[in-house]
Amino acid sequence: MPIYEEARQDFSWAAAAQLLSGLPEGRGLNIAHEAVDRHLATGRGGHVAIRAIGRSGTRDLTYRDLSLLSNRFANLLRSLDVGPRARVFTLLGRQPEMYVTALGCWKNLSVLSPLFAAFGPEPIRNRLLLGDAQVLVTTTSLYRRKIAPQRDQLHGLRHILLIDAPDEPPDGTIDLHRALGAQPDHWTIPATSPEAMALLHFTSGTTGTPKGAVHVHNAVVAHHITAAFALDLRPHDVFWCTADPGWVTGTSYGIIAPLTHGVTLLADDGDFDAARWYQVLADNRVTVWYTAPTALRMLMRAGEEMASRYDLSALRHIASVGEPLNPEVVVWAQKAYGMPVHDNWWQTETGAIMISNYPSMPIRPGSMGRPMPGVEAAVLRCGDSGRAAVADGPVDVLGAGQVGELALRPGWPSMFRGYLHDDFRYQQAFAGGWYLTGDLARIDADGYFWFVGRADDVIKSSGHLVGPFEVESTLLEHPAVTEAGVIGVPDPVAGEVVKAFVTLRPGYQPDEALRAELIAFGRRRLGAVAPRQIAFDQNLPHTSSGKVMRRLLKARELGLPEGDLSTLERPR
Amino acid sequence: MTLTLQDARELVGNTLLRIVPDADLDALPDDAPFRDELELDSLDFLSFVELLSTGSGRRIDEDDYPRLRTMSDCIGFLST
Repeated sequence: MPIYEEARQDFSWAAAAQLLSGLPEGRGLNIAHEAVDRHLATGRGGHVAIRAIGRSGTRDLTYRDLSLLSNRFANLLRSLDVGPRARVFTLLGRQPEMYVTALGCWKNLSVLSPLFAAFGPEPIRNRLLLGDAQVLVTTTSLYRRKIAPQRDQLHGLRHILLIDAPDEPPDGTIDLHRALGAQPDHWTIPATSPEAMALLHFTSGTTGTPKGAVHVHNAVVAHHITAAFALDLRPHDVFWCTADPGWVTGTSYGIIAPLTHGVTLLADDGDFDAARWYQVLADNRVTVWYTAPTALRMLMRAGEEMASRYDLSALRHIASVGEPLNPEVVVWAQKAYGMPVHDNWWQTETGAIMISNYPSMPIRPGSMGRPMPGVEAAVLRCGDSGRAAVADGPVDVLGAGQVGELALRPGWPSMFRGYLHDDFRYQQAFAGGWYLTGDLARIDADGYFWFVGRADDVIKSSGHLVGPFEVESTLLEHPAVTEAGVIGVPDPVAGEVVKAFVTLRPGYQPDEALRAELIAFGRRRLGAVAPRQIAFDQNLPHTSSGKVMRRLLKARELGLPEGDLSTLERPR
Repeated sequence: MTLTLQDARELVGNTLLRIVPDADLDALPDDAPFRDELELDSLDFLSFVELLSTGSGRRIDEDDYPRLRTMSDCIGFLST
């Protein structure tokens, strides 16, 4: 992007759509075609699309390889009688099969729903059932630990494909590679409406079950142009997005956007380790790096000296998303990497980056930046409910410096089209012609946006959105627990960590043994979103309708003065 | 401070149990990477290292982390 104001003025989504090819003969728009097949026609089939760094070595897949393998995957789905709109779930890390599944799924007009593999069995089951999963692609180990024990409850799940099946695959599973080997590698993508459902991403709200945000093929228009504006992606880049494919960043910018630009993307399947990450950046001559505040804070702990040992001279641009990036990290990166980190803001529902610091614009450390060209953002006055809903009167757009709910004018292509099977909650996300994000923010006099906090009780931990209700519901399944309230408490590395306050049934002792048992119980059921801290509290505060007042728990935890408490939570 | 082999094993085991209270340490081979076996994410691992450092009275730098992948690694690290 040259000059921000000019780019904003000249921008139109119709012109952005022209940067893509569309299916041949005007048959519509399909993400897989834009991400892979079209590059073959321009002579870039031999370019490395994916460099997969696995535990046992590195493997390159060219755009041609990816095209043929995803054709086979599409043929496989058809042979299994899995058709358009059918949901294909993944429980995978950044393995080559993740990309083949995603692209093959879109080629068959099926819908991809990637899950975070570190979820425990309960969040996985809830999402598979809510999303009407017909197919699941996973590893043998994850299948044995998290799926097989509850398979009889997974109604509707017709096929389980294992990417590393043993010679004798477990009963009721299919060896993915053997099955792909039997499929032809030719496929013609059927006519695809730009409004056809392509992705189902689960996210968490304050109450109720997880919400399945529906995205369509047309979202690729936003993925592509925002990656040019906010990530500065160019065809010869080596791009590393460190997000897990189970979260929206790992799909929009871990799979789709970089492939539409024809870059080489790194798919690193290893754990975070500061020295190893620097080695990956150096060895692969990474030019653009999209990561998260938690990772950057861990690298900052490892120190500038460690960074200086590696040749990071290929790096041109660093961006971050997931939770607000504290200014110290931006400033530290300037010293350690010779360039700042560009924070940006978006969420599952928006499908693509909405607000960003751009390469061509001075960064304000701590700010999320300015709205993307084509995106209108504002801050709305919050009513008594704490949200900018019309129930409190008409929406009111606030001026510079005032804190309110961040809102976006609907109309960009990667806007979610609904929550699956939950039109009520979808309608509740809008007021006065605005989409309400649930985040509190303010705008400064120069139009930069600053994150203030959440307008609801959702927890942001290590860049993951954790719904307190899901955690509370699981804790209530333990025989000792009669009530639970779950909040996020500040953590210097993760932003927030999940803390649960539990009330015990009579006869149970609030001791260390029970605390350990509840921690273990949470981890077994919930996996990565389990509470890290448990506190016993026989007098949890309630609203007049009997709900646990999480905001009051949080205020107490943060040591806010009593006088502030009344404004933090009102009975609804 | 250098620990005996036995003390080091006990400290590592107890520290893992602080993070994953129901971990079956008897079933954990000495040479198995426990981040995978016990499903520790990067924050869990960070807590593990901090608790290990406090418990052993020994400073542990980020450069040392690759030497703390398995039970054997940790025992070797703490007892030398």
